[in-house]
Amino acid sequence: MSIVDNAIEITHVTFSYGPNTALRDINLIVREGESLGIVGPNGGGKTTLLKLILGLLVPKEGRIAIFGKPPARITKEIGYVPQYAGFDRTFPITASEVVLMGRLGLGKLFPSYSKADRQVVRETMEDVGVWSLTNRRLGSLSEGQQQRVLLARALATRPRLLILDEPTASVDKVAEKEIARLLRELRRRITIVMVSHDLELLDECVDRLVYVNGQLEAHTPTYYGG
Amino acid sequence: MREFLTALGNYTFLQHALLAGVLASIAGGLAGTYVVVRRVSFITGGISHTILGGMGIAYYYGLNPTKGAVVSAVIAAIIIGLVSLRARQHEDTVIGALWAIGMAVGILFISRTPGYNVDLMTFLFGNILMVSADDLLLIAALDGFIVLTVALLYNHLLAVVFDEEHARLRGLPVEALHLLLLILIALTVVILIKIVGLILVIALLTLPPAIARHYVGNLARMMVLATVLGLIFNGTGLAVSYMLDLPTGATIVVIAGVAYLLSLAVQSLRQTITPQLSK
Repeated sequence: MSIVDNAIEITHVTFSYGPNTALRDINLIVREGESLGIVGPNGGGKTTLLKLILGLLVPKEGRIAIFGKPPARITKEIGYVPQYAGFDRTFPITASEVVLMGRLGLGKLFPSYSKADRQVVRETMEDVGVWSLTNRRLGSLSEGQQQRVLLARALATRPRLLILDEPTASVDKVAEKEIARLLRELRRRITIVMVSHDLELLDECVDRLVYVNGQLEAHTPTYYGG
Repeated sequence: MREFLTALGNYTFLQHALLAGVLASIAGGLAGTYVVVRRVSFITGGISHTILGGMGIAYYYGLNPTKGAVVSAVIAAIIIGLVSLRARQHEDTVIGALWAIGMAVGILFISRTPGYNVDLMTFLFGNILMVSADDLLLIAALDGFIVLTVALLYNHLLAVVFDEEHARLRGLPVEALHLLLLILIALTVVILIKIVGLILVIALLTLPPAIARHYVGNLARMMVLATVLGLIFNGTGLAVSYMLDLPTGATIVVIAGVAYLLSLAVQSLRQTITPQLSK
């Protein structure tokens, strides 16, 4: 039997925005290869939990380990699909330029994208079905296409862990089904953590659910890997 | 027009002015594009007015005001940049305060400088016709620094202005890049102050990229088109102001402003007509 590693280990984590406690005493383990869905009311701390896992926020108390390391040291192995609502749709940028950002890093002092980077981007955009949109301005695409471009950017990092925040929140039914199909394929290869209100999507694409409303109120028994 | 071209062949001050316009268009096309897409016009306004403090101090001590402007531009960009990063909830107030203090310090030092204070008007409204050979060298050096930095760090700067959070996840030094971007903008402001003065600098920095954004699909093309538009506005403004004996900076800004309004009208017309054609 192979040893199963933990992708995410969250131990007694508490996080506050100023005097307001957003998350209290969170404990969670996600095994490598597992797909986890996070549900809960708006303002319940779901996105905060994702940002703690991503290392964008630092917990006041407790400890978070991603593949055994602090989040800030392993962000390059995490692909992140944010909610699209936050983007400026008039920003002059093409679909392929967005996906190329998934290949950015600190490898060189004055980096440019290599042939290998461009090949990865092409393969990823073909997999996600957006290669035909490569030179289109991002803002001119439908919301479903934009969401798939952001998914391609996250996958272009070749992540071990994929984190998605409401991936189908602003897309139509056709795009929703396409994103669900992609996630069903991906869950065989990588660990997925997804916040969503879309119970149909969660039912199709995750192994288990946790409910977050300030605390991790309900989830299936903790797994112990390693 | 022939009169202007003949004068251009004969007078060094006009040649300097045209060359300064070309260099200003390049810096403005690059840095202005970031100002427009990053939506940092207010921050840029704060930096440009704070620069007057440095220029005034340099002027008082008998130093080159443009060099004083470069030093104060970099300091203002770092201070305002740190405020915008660390104290977002107080950003408006702090930048507003620096804006006013910078100007006030500049005015006080200039007013205490012996002699007639004609230079205050030059700082406020610019004078492209008084650009010296030394100024041109300094502007060319600043242009070189701006072009080189943008060329080398284009992908990183694009990542930060498009999606700061993602750039952070990819391990980019987001705060340092944000400060660098503001320094580039501040140095461009120093160049443009020579042309139109600090009162009108925001217009010349933002109007060409704002027009360019109507017609192109990515940042690099926006920079190129903004630079070309800047060249047209500066060149036309210089010629028109010479022929009609008008203040050059104001003429350039009015031409750019009218072009922007026309472009806006064309855009709304296109948006009205396109859905009707597709029916």
